[in-house]
Amino acid sequence: MSSGLSGDLLTPLWRASALPPLTLPQWALLISQARQARLLARLATTLQDRGELPAVPEAPRRYLEGALATAERQRNQVRWEIDRLRVALADIDGPIVLLKGGAYVAAALPPARGRLFGDIDFMVPQAQLPAVEGSLLAGGWTHQSLDPYDDRYYRRWMHELPPFKHVWRHTWLDVHHTITPPTSRHAVEAAPLFAAAVPVPGLPRFAVLAPCDMVLHSAAHVMLDGELPHGLRDLLDLDDLLRHFGARDPGFWPALAERAAALKLDPLLMLALRQLEHITGTVAPPSVASSFVPLARPRPWARSLLARVLRPMHPSCDDPSTRCARRLWYIRSHYLRMRPLQLAGHLGRKAATRLLTRVGLRRET
Amino acid sequence: MSASQPASPPPPAVAPPDPIAVALRGDGWRVRTGPFAYRLRSNVPAVLDGLRRLYGNYPAAGADDFIDFDVEVRRSGGWRRFLRAQARFRFEGSQSFEPLPVAHGFAMLEWAMNWCISSHVNHHLLIHSAVVERGGRAVILPAPPGSGKSTLCAALVHRGWRLLSDEIAVVPLQAEGLLPVVRPVSLKNQSIDIIAAFEPTARFSRPAHGTSKGTVAHMMAPPAHVARMDEPAPAAWIVFPRWRPGAEVSLRPRGRAETLVDLARNSFNAGTLGLAGFDRLARLVDGCACHDFEYSRLDDAIACFDRLAGEAP
Repeated sequence: MSSGLSGDLLTPLWRASALPPLTLPQWALLISQARQARLLARLATTLQDRGELPAVPEAPRRYLEGALATAERQRNQVRWEIDRLRVALADIDGPIVLLKGGAYVAAALPPARGRLFGDIDFMVPQAQLPAVEGSLLAGGWTHQSLDPYDDRYYRRWMHELPPFKHVWRHTWLDVHHTITPPTSRHAVEAAPLFAAAVPVPGLPRFAVLAPCDMVLHSAAHVMLDGELPHGLRDLLDLDDLLRHFGARDPGFWPALAERAAALKLDPLLMLALRQLEHITGTVAPPSVASSFVPLARPRPWARSLLARVLRPMHPSCDDPSTRCARRLWYIRSHYLRMRPLQLAGHLGRKAATRLLTRVGLRRET
Repeated sequence: MSASQPASPPPPAVAPPDPIAVALRGDGWRVRTGPFAYRLRSNVPAVLDGLRRLYGNYPAAGADDFIDFDVEVRRSGGWRRFLRAQARFRFEGSQSFEPLPVAHGFAMLEWAMNWCISSHVNHHLLIHSAVVERGGRAVILPAPPGSGKSTLCAALVHRGWRLLSDEIAVVPLQAEGLLPVVRPVSLKNQSIDIIAAFEPTARFSRPAHGTSKGTVAHMMAPPAHVARMDEPAPAAWIVFPRWRPGAEVSLRPRGRAETLVDLARNSFNAGTLGLAGFDRLARLVDGCACHDFEYSRLDDAIACFDRLAGEAP
């Protein structure tokens, strides 16, 4: 972290087959970037797999090993949280589909390793939302005080309820009814997702999305999320899933192309795949590459914007173009999520709120 | 200049540029405190003032060293600075605490430096407690705020006990000795005057009034203790202190099981470390004599601790 030390050390690592030689200040910068990107444990597992961890100098290695301990602890906490959900939702009929991190842990999928968790996500049919919300409130989860506008925003326009937080365990929970916002141009009908969901061995009450849907959700999440503080992490999750399912099932990639088209998520998947090609080198196998080409091709500006947005949120990676790109990406993701009038109203409202907070007429939340 | 003219007076002494000030406003002042190195950057006068008063004896970390934590305390910009100037703490670029008045800048820096350790170090077991050492044996003083832990610690380090830490016991998972993180001792409210009266040579940062903890001042760690920051000390006692007005000094034995549970409760990361953390805690407690300690007068407390140090191991 000495003078003049800057630049993104984190992103090139996933493509390289081995670590470049790093000075101690560079190690400090890499650890710091990985920490802010929530990729410290992931970096540790990657170095472990490549056999490079023992050769890392002691000072940075200790933080990597500490992150492995944290990740292990969080996996245990996620398992416990899922068990508490089993109890809280015992009276709910119909499928409960774990999403993202919770699903990776429950189904023992590769991204679970070395992943740090913010919350647990699951999906139930929309008709079940009131019952689920009631059971969760009875089970000790509450909504953080949201202003009425934000509360309405979630309930009317989003694919999820306002976030829940458990009163004792302080764990966060997101309850969805589909995988993309219903107002977005990539709205996905939930019924086929539930129909294809697969039960989790050992957790009779829970299911996870079918492989193709899980991949598509992962890709859509990266591409539609406006803030992207964990964009790189989410892309690496996607990479793990693609490699895992691709290696186990020769029919996976053709099925993915078909499903992406059927759910109209192909532009988002293509954009994510393009980015992955740069970041990890993962590409569709040659035999199916053709089924991905005719799909809508991502525009070059979207790709270069995304490359900047995906840089670690760290001052050493910031330049005016990155800051500008983050702004534009924020607007773009909202544009993809909402209808124009609704978007104008929402952004105007957010800007006004920020202004009022700034001048002290409204409390920071 | 002709020889007939009287010699011109020497130019007014220009203070040599203060290296801390220059570094703090520039690329950062790198300082090492035991096992952790920080890069500090700030444009808040209270921060510079505190560092000048209390950190003059600390070893610098070199430009080629590993920096554990990158910390910034900055005056917030915008027009608000004219009304109510605030200091913001940034860690690796992201803001982690609510902003505080600029006058609290140094206290904020100290809290932030502790937070860096307690939130990011998982390669050592960390216990919220003071640690002092005498005769090669350390005493761990875990306690909730308000128990008089820091006051007792500040008094002990001026009476022959070496300061390892006022806030965090750093227990390596493999090695035996506790690692010193020698830093200033945080004192609150009347404790500041009590210690100033108890030890007139003690030096303090400028007090920050009206913080969430009341008035806060930091006491300088004795330079001889700073010089020994790389010298670990094995723990021999775990003493839970409690200050109670009018109490006679008393040192009562305490159960090991109870001590283990209370230490775990005071630990920042025993849960994260899982079995390794539990085993280390158990080994720590096994190797220590455990006590509850109550006092009201510092002199009595010191005498009691000195008797403890005199006991055979």
